[in-house]
Amino acid sequence: MSAIAVRPTRSTPRLAPIGRTLWKQTRAQWRLLLRQPAVSLIAIILPVLLYVLFALPSAHRAYSSNVSMGAYMLASLGAYGVGLIMVFTFGATVAIDRGQKNDLLMRATPLPPAVDIAARASVAIVFAVITLLVLFAVAIFAGVRLQPMTWLAIMATLVIGSLPLLGLGLAVAYLISPNAAVAIVNVIYMLLAFASGFLAPMNQLPNFVQQLAVYLPTYHYAQLAWGAIGVPSENVLVSAAWLVGYAVVFFGIALWAYRRDASRRSG
Amino acid sequence: MGNAVVELVRATKKYGTVDALAGVDLSIREGEVVAILGPNGAGKTTAISLMLGLRRPTSGEARLFGRQPTDRWARSRCGVMLQESGVPRLLKVAEAVDLFGSYYPSPIPVARALELAMLADRSGRRIDQLSGGERQRLYYALAICGDPEVLILDEPTVGMDVESRHGFLNHIRDFAADGRRTIVLTTHYIEEADQLAERIIVINHGHVIADAPPADIKARVPGRRVSFTPDRPLTAADFAGLPVEWLDLSGTSVRLLSNHPEDVLIALIQRGIRPGHLEVVGADLEEAFLALTKSVGAAG
Repeated sequence: MSAIAVRPTRSTPRLAPIGRTLWKQTRAQWRLLLRQPAVSLIAIILPVLLYVLFALPSAHRAYSSNVSMGAYMLASLGAYGVGLIMVFTFGATVAIDRGQKNDLLMRATPLPPAVDIAARASVAIVFAVITLLVLFAVAIFAGVRLQPMTWLAIMATLVIGSLPLLGLGLAVAYLISPNAAVAIVNVIYMLLAFASGFLAPMNQLPNFVQQLAVYLPTYHYAQLAWGAIGVPSENVLVSAAWLVGYAVVFFGIALWAYRRDASRRSG
Repeated sequence: MGNAVVELVRATKKYGTVDALAGVDLSIREGEVVAILGPNGAGKTTAISLMLGLRRPTSGEARLFGRQPTDRWARSRCGVMLQESGVPRLLKVAEAVDLFGSYYPSPIPVARALELAMLADRSGRRIDQLSGGERQRLYYALAICGDPEVLILDEPTVGMDVESRHGFLNHIRDFAADGRRTIVLTTHYIEEADQLAERIIVINHGHVIADAPPADIKARVPGRRVSFTPDRPLTAADFAGLPVEWLDLSGTSVRLLSNHPEDVLIALIQRGIRPGHLEVVGADLEEAFLALTKSVGAAG
């Protein structure tokens, strides 16, 4: 009853293969997400709902000479939806796990923290792709017609360009007390989304907001999205450089906050 | 004995101005089964956190298999139960065990881990639907699923009734039965420490106040608290030569701690003292440690 065979490998300790750990950690994250349908559905439904309400009635009107209102709003709300998943779904779940101290036991195991983050990030990215596909389907239904390469470009731009926002979600999750993090993440993202033209065109925003916006990560993220459908926008390389810079800053803050957290926590 | 598995070297941990641990030295070798015993707030959990690298000592050092406790190689040989921390509650029992097993180089089969934790019939249940005792057994399954060489368990029997506590400790002992697994657990029940461990380290106020086999510790920790109202005022002289570990004459009733309360009472009655409102109860650990700390202080 008691015996578990003592293996001859005792004297030469080994490590678990990272691939197996990453696969199981990712699968567990999917299970957790799918078992909270309210959380996952809101992230899919919100951008689609906004698109139906605000883009559908005017989808055929022209935004500029070569871009329809429907396509413009697709890029805006696509950015909004993917950003929401990165900052909110991803960041808030890390904060909630921290609040429930679910992370403490894992921290005492040989699981490398980077594997946990990679698992969560891969779930967020796949989830973002699904959200975009739903949004694309609604846009096509609304009469938006784009070249196949343009669809791909929007998808790729929105997903890759969202990585700094993933860093932002992570930084907030580790920086702020878990109880407050969810609310604060909401406010931060709402302000960023509004000021960067996700929800209303930039030229309708107050002047000082427009001047401030050029320093925001979400502004440059939106610029890339609009650029992908042919709206005149900032230089792609300039925006990409801004986003890379923000990614470095946010992930740097997240790493610093994680280490501070690890040495300070009680439990 | 084998190599040192868990070591604290002059380990100090301050929270603000409070010393949770004040210069603790201890070394636990391969194959030892050790209980760290102490009242709440004594520093047991802090000691465990340092051993596991969940916190850094303010000064001094903690080592696991001779390495930093955060080292992945060291942690791959170590199974853990913590007091407050768990796993996401929406996972199922078998899923959680499978997940934690994947962190280790050679996990035991999930079914085997559940059987060892007496959870085989709960494998498909979601964690948020488990009872407190079942959840504790799940955390035990997570601790052993990596087939660890050392188990570090912080208050493993919290939330269990007396009977399941007893059975659970027997399981832990079986797990250590091959003599090569090392077990370190904290508890504030001296009976638990006695049932399982071959060595007890007593911690109070952040200091190690005793480190000895259970029999030695038990002899020094008074088992019973006696209180009564005497028919005349008593002085310490009335208790001369009696097996009393601790005595309080300041109130209207006399309170004392002793391992042999019957000898004390017979002697008192023979000395013509009538103990009214007599009460003899098991000393709680806070009282017992008060006595132990004092007796050690007096000896030193």
